[in-house]
Amino acid sequence: MHSGFLFLAAFLASSVEMVEALTIVLAAGVTRGWRSALTGAGAAVATLAAVVAVFGPALRLVPIDALRLLVGGLLLVFGLQWLGKAILRASHLEALHDEEAVYALEVEHASTAPRDERIGLDWYAFTLSFKGVLLEGLEVAFIVLAFGSTQGRVGLAALAALTAVVLVTIVGVVVHGPLSRVPENTLKLSVGVLLTTFGTFWGTEGTGARWPGGDAALPVVLVAVVLASLVSVQVLRRRHAALVPAAR
Amino acid sequence: MSEHVVRAIRRFLAFWYDFVVGDDWRVAAGVVAALATTAALVRAGVDAWWLVPAAVLVSLAAALRRASRAAASRSPGRAD
Repeated sequence: MHSGFLFLAAFLASSVEMVEALTIVLAAGVTRGWRSALTGAGAAVATLAAVVAVFGPALRLVPIDALRLLVGGLLLVFGLQWLGKAILRASHLEALHDEEAVYALEVEHASTAPRDERIGLDWYAFTLSFKGVLLEGLEVAFIVLAFGSTQGRVGLAALAALTAVVLVTIVGVVVHGPLSRVPENTLKLSVGVLLTTFGTFWGTEGTGARWPGGDAALPVVLVAVVLASLVSVQVLRRRHAALVPAAR
Repeated sequence: MSEHVVRAIRRFLAFWYDFVVGDDWRVAAGVVAALATTAALVRAGVDAWWLVPAAVLVSLAAALRRASRAAASRSPGRAD
């Protein structure tokens, strides 16, 4: 069961971040040329792979309780951030992430930026793609390391992330535009739920406390986080509905 | 140390603070406090497995309450 959750969390987190990265790479490629944009994206993916390859084996040396406490704490901080933002967007208190708008803005910036040739590449397109993929992918690399190291399955988590990268790239090539129809917020909510659930479970174990029922407590925590999220969305939607007529 | 290096270090630290802590430092502080208190209780002989989940629910509710109040104050015609 843990392996299934691990694959799902790494795959979903990677999908969301790669949809956002794809928008940036597309904008750089369409306006400035594909060679520099794809070289930048490739260099970022290689950097992220190196981060996972270096830190994955190194984390095996950390005692399991200390690792669970550290990873659990970080997953909780990340998970609560993802969950909070997704709940606010689902309840209309924050605007949904708009890939079309982000794409239009990036295209506008890329069209007007001056040309600066370095090592045979358009430096603006290279750095835009590199930074976009690296920054979006850094959180995925952490999730892969966190989930993989606590269960000794870094390879499986990396495979899940890679599957998402390949899938998003294929869809991006077919669509040849920003993937605005991907239900990004639902994916973000799901990732937030999974990160918060595992963060709660491992963080508690890392403190030395023992869950009643051991591993069987994990689905109970998952259900509690899902319910808390759904109730929060409903409560905040009502609050938003009360605000909107008053604003008119 | 040159101004350029100091600026680079500041940018580096600001990036990692933003990456790990994010928009609301109180969420990160709540998580650290909950884990530290649980560890202290366990050392004192109390199996406080319930503390972290309870703290997570309280942290989430508090963060959402702060965000919804901020959204309400941005709205021109407030309901409350």
